[in-house]
Amino acid sequence: MRNPQINRHGKLQHLLTTEGLPREIITTILDAAAPFAEVAEREVKKLPLMRGKSIFNLFFENSTRTRTTFEIAAKRLSADVINLNINTSSAAKGETLLDTVDNLSAMQADMFVVRHASSGAPYLIAEHLAATGRDHIHVVNAGDGRHAHPTQGLLDMYTIRHYKRDFTSLTVAIVGDVLHSRVARSQIHAMTTLGVAEIRVIAPQTLLPTNVERMGVRVFHNIDEGLRGVDVVMMLRLQNERMQGALLPSPQEYFKSYGLTPERLALAKPDAIVMHPGPMNRGVEIDSAVADGTHAVILPQVTFGIAVRMAVMSMLAGGA
Amino acid sequence: MRIHISNGRVVDPANDIDRNADVFIADGVIVGVGKMPAGFEANGSLDATGCIVCPGLVDLSARLREPGYEYRATLESEMAAAAAGGVTSLACPPDTDPPLDEPGLVEMLKHRARLPEFAHVYPVGALTEKLAGINLTEMAELAEAGCVAFGQANTAIVDTQVLLRAMQYAATFGFPVWMQPQDPFLAKLGVAHDGEVASRLGLTGIPVAAETIALATILQLARETGARVHLTRISSADSLEMIVAARRAGIPATCDVAVHHLHLCEHDIGYFDPHARLDPPLRAQSDRDALRRGLADGSINAVCSDHTPVDDDAKQVPFDEAEPGATGLELLLPLTLKWAKEMKLPLVKALARVTCDPARILGIEAGSLSVGSAADICVFDPQAAFPISRETLKSQGKNTPFLGLELQGRVRSTLIDGHLAYDGAWG
Repeated sequence: MRNPQINRHGKLQHLLTTEGLPREIITTILDAAAPFAEVAEREVKKLPLMRGKSIFNLFFENSTRTRTTFEIAAKRLSADVINLNINTSSAAKGETLLDTVDNLSAMQADMFVVRHASSGAPYLIAEHLAATGRDHIHVVNAGDGRHAHPTQGLLDMYTIRHYKRDFTSLTVAIVGDVLHSRVARSQIHAMTTLGVAEIRVIAPQTLLPTNVERMGVRVFHNIDEGLRGVDVVMMLRLQNERMQGALLPSPQEYFKSYGLTPERLALAKPDAIVMHPGPMNRGVEIDSAVADGTHAVILPQVTFGIAVRMAVMSMLAGGA
Repeated sequence: MRIHISNGRVVDPANDIDRNADVFIADGVIVGVGKMPAGFEANGSLDATGCIVCPGLVDLSARLREPGYEYRATLESEMAAAAAGGVTSLACPPDTDPPLDEPGLVEMLKHRARLPEFAHVYPVGALTEKLAGINLTEMAELAEAGCVAFGQANTAIVDTQVLLRAMQYAATFGFPVWMQPQDPFLAKLGVAHDGEVASRLGLTGIPVAAETIALATILQLARETGARVHLTRISSADSLEMIVAARRAGIPATCDVAVHHLHLCEHDIGYFDPHARLDPPLRAQSDRDALRRGLADGSINAVCSDHTPVDDDAKQVPFDEAEPGATGLELLLPLTLKWAKEMKLPLVKALARVTCDPARILGIEAGSLSVGSAADICVFDPQAAFPISRETLKSQGKNTPFLGLELQGRVRSTLIDGHLAYDGAWG
């Protein structure tokens, strides 16, 4: 079984997950993102790296934010971007995922940016492209089910590196709904590859996947213990539909037990940073005083996100 | 027709025979093993040099997809697959569309399957109407129509009172009850074993407890009702332990395992391979190892193909949307041989699990080469390579995690009631 995202020359063919992604490739992406972050400061923010390339944003699941950042990244690289929200078009008419892919391939697509509710859907597309000899088309996973959201994981690594420089001395805590989080999985795999000294997950048992410790993390159920001495706090979003039911009794109780407050943050290192993939639920997983406080790097994450996505796209399909 | 099968190695687990011998058949019945009966004159012969001659395989679960799912498979295609796999008797679960809950449907199936080159079909009737778990079926009528047991295929009876009544009613008539233990709540939306692989891939898990809790319920009710229970397709070490303990406590439960579960585990999902989406799910390595040992020591009574042909469209979708199941009729023999070789089991012991042992569970006269029994015979070359491909598989279902691999052991000829049902044209 060959990792489908690496081609036979060891180069990145698709970006599907951070799991098993070689450290050199991660580092190369992070290094490549740095100059793109500077482009954003210029008056003319456009580069000609992907002029004439067609990028299809295939969103089978709604997401304005992620789609927008991919769109901006592609446009800054001078690519043509076509946005498709498929829950409102083909899928409703009964077209299969692979039929959609075939049709768009026939329109000379160079890249698919895929968001799908099923874990593994981008793999299906990548394998289908390989089986039909269309190796010139690249797939970027923009979030599949609970599985992976690699560009988010990578932009988080960029953010950590920006503020902390070295990964190997860090203790990082991920707080919240790890069970349903593709972001958490992508963060964990990227951090283990980059050699983060200690990765902690903090959540009640109902929000942790079975055998999560096998991913190389330390499990904490008590947030005060889990936050003690950490360098980085990565908050996860709690979906509305999961705030009340068999997983959690109420958003109030969740905030009481796991919400990030200034008092709790004080247990972390004095220079700790607080991250969140957005959109935030203020007063549920994070206190506004923390979200707007001096430790928060949540808005820089968004800015870096565009640079990292530019780096990924240009690496996959750029002229060079 | 009088057939002389010569130069083969006869492996007949029912009679504990493993020796070079010729087999003589007259009018669909075995008339001699070893020595030619007096006055026997063959008008047909089969040279089995280098081959093993064993009873035709008895498969406890093969979906033929008729009625209702003819776009996935037809009786013709799957019977060709059975013959090519050396399977001469098979039980089919009731999850057709409509389910096998009416005598007319069962009679129709039996009638359609009545061709000489077709394996003997033993339908498992639905325990409840439409498999809905509410009303009992007319079990006595269904039995008369040909059902050998009653079950729910992969659907559970949610209401335990209905389950109790169904088992009481079946016990009244002495009908065996076949159940696949899985709690529908714990398995809800689940697509893979709730373990490290599902956690890593972000797939919704089915915990082992989904199986053991349902199993505990069934075993308790078997004790209450005295129903003869057969547990189908167990997938975990814990379940096996519970069944062994139940037997010690006097509950005569039997069980089987699907052949895929002897070789694969959760890790074989790889990068979301929809062919590895099975029901029950592939579990941990330790479960697989326990199942392999359990089948070897006899605590698991039989291995079945759990043959489930699925059309390409239902597999070329994301893992969690894929239809569970794998084609199996043609893989049952080579995968059983592979297991036997890896476990260093003598062939006569290994083949018992696909011949006389499942025949006993079905309560049928089959799975032996005794003189006087029906000439249901499988002749296979244990050394021949069998490339598993879309072209070599006769089944309409090409869905198997073994696609593209090569297995060892290939059927040369299959006889059903002395009729040549399959003649392997391979080199």
